[in-house]
Amino acid sequence: MLSFRRKAVNAIMLSLTGVCTILAVGTLLFILGYLFFHGGTSLTINFFTKLPTPVGEAGGGMANALLGSAKLLLLASCIGIPIGFLGGVYLAEFGGSSFSFVVRYTTDLLNGVPSIVIGIFAYTLIVLPQGHFSTLSGGLALGVMMIPIAIRSSEDFLRAVPVSLREGAMALGASKAKTILTVVIPAAKAGLLTGIMLNLARVAGETAPLIFTAFGNRYWSPGWEQPTAALPVMIYTYAISPYPDWKQQAWSAGFVLLMLVLTVNIFARMILTKRGSTAR
Amino acid sequence: MAAPSTTDFSVRPSGRASAFWQRLRSGDDIAYVITLTCAMTILAITALLVFELFRNSAVPRHQFGWSFLITSTWDPVAGQFGALPFIYGTVITSALALFMAIPLGVGAAIFLAELAPAKISNALTFLIELLAAVPSVIFGLLGIFVLVPALVAIEPAIRAVLGWTPLFSGPFYGVSVFSAGVVLTVMIIPFIISISREVILAVPTEQREGALALGATKWETTWDVVIPFAKKGIMGSIFLALARSLGETMAVTMVIGNEPKIHSSLFAPGYSIAAVIANEFSEATGELYLGSLIELGLVLFGLTIIINGLARVLVLTTTKKGTS
Repeated sequence: MLSFRRKAVNAIMLSLTGVCTILAVGTLLFILGYLFFHGGTSLTINFFTKLPTPVGEAGGGMANALLGSAKLLLLASCIGIPIGFLGGVYLAEFGGSSFSFVVRYTTDLLNGVPSIVIGIFAYTLIVLPQGHFSTLSGGLALGVMMIPIAIRSSEDFLRAVPVSLREGAMALGASKAKTILTVVIPAAKAGLLTGIMLNLARVAGETAPLIFTAFGNRYWSPGWEQPTAALPVMIYTYAISPYPDWKQQAWSAGFVLLMLVLTVNIFARMILTKRGSTAR
Repeated sequence: MAAPSTTDFSVRPSGRASAFWQRLRSGDDIAYVITLTCAMTILAITALLVFELFRNSAVPRHQFGWSFLITSTWDPVAGQFGALPFIYGTVITSALALFMAIPLGVGAAIFLAELAPAKISNALTFLIELLAAVPSVIFGLLGIFVLVPALVAIEPAIRAVLGWTPLFSGPFYGVSVFSAGVVLTVMIIPFIISISREVILAVPTEQREGALALGATKWETTWDVVIPFAKKGIMGSIFLALARSLGETMAVTMVIGNEPKIHSSLFAPGYSIAAVIANEFSEATGELYLGSLIELGLVLFGLTIIINGLARVLVLTTTKKGTS
């Protein structure tokens, strides 16, 4: 017969774990609800089409920051995706030696480096020699951040392709390169693309490495050599500003950024779980 | 096809070399070389990162030596730079966050792995992992406008309970080490929950059945059998969360108060390594000032590398134990 005390401890502790879960999930719902309420309601079409206005002048938007973020992401993709993807191909298809272990270990290491340190890296490589902030340096910082995630996700998805497919192609006389190119990569295509989307969503919200590389700009930023505005940096500068008007805009920008990031994440995860269940 | 045709004549006689060209034509070696180059780029970038941090922090390293880490004056005007207040701020906010996040995170992981039905557990884990995808600047935004006013409102209650300790003394303006700790807690909980849940789920069912058969309650089974079995993996998740909170920049910068002093009270404003880099880097003038900030970056890099390394070892040993 269970003692009353043991039963009570059981009931109390188990319900406490439930409370912990509710707190964690509640926080997310609170964040979503609050941003929806505060940012979503004040969002107008101006936000997407207009430049920021001077302090005190109503209206205005963050069109330059949206374009700036897009440019930075494009640049980052050009650096991060090819290196990451091909590195992943190496690990999945040619690896297996101790060199692969070193590469994997370094990748994890680079993945754990705080984003602000990556920012310093881009600063010392581009901003310091050039003497001015630029879109280029911001793109490099985000690109470096993309590499480790790209490498690990492409390795995982390529490895998930059954060996029998590779053997089939080899048996038909295809070379290894041809097998990878025409059989393995197409088979892993959906996963690879999803990995890229998740990767982009992650770096799209990065603020710290951009503060002293892309720096920010209140106007359009033509070309790649000038400082540029980016959505997350804009949220930061507007949030810590003393003007109520700017703070309101920070909420709208926060709402847009969060919706972007969450939409990509939800879609990507849905695709992945769907594929995961069909594979089994 | 990529091989230049002029070299074809020279390689024809040798059997090995012609085999090489043939393989090159079929693309295998090209693919190998290209992908290997990309894999090596990772090593090169990491090495370059360390080198650049080291090279650009040479001036303060020569001027201050090791005392950089243990002096607490940060005065750009006088050219005096000591990292201690920032190191303290980084460590204390992370410690505070772990103190709150470990019980909450492990508790939620237990619920999701042991109690909740699989469907609900998966759905909730999905939501919690979404929380991990929320950009740090959004946490900062909510920190400034929601958390700080809320903490100011409940401050008398906290003080009534804990005010007798030096940790909760002195005036409270809202922005403080404590606020930063709370924001970090929310940010690292998803990591602890999702990894711990995986590890707990990996504990063999026989372990639970054995304990239950001996008459243990559900809680006793979980606490005395399952958790000890999964201990190393849970520790790994905690270390990963710690590494993340040490390097966390934006959310902390926005609520910590940015004052380079060491106060015994958690209610007082502070400063963290990442925050000072974010705030002062673009305005730093002179090699000494900039170099000092880069050296702070180097310190942060070292800290996270050590913690991450420990985390990997822990997670690796548990997963090995789980499979064998």
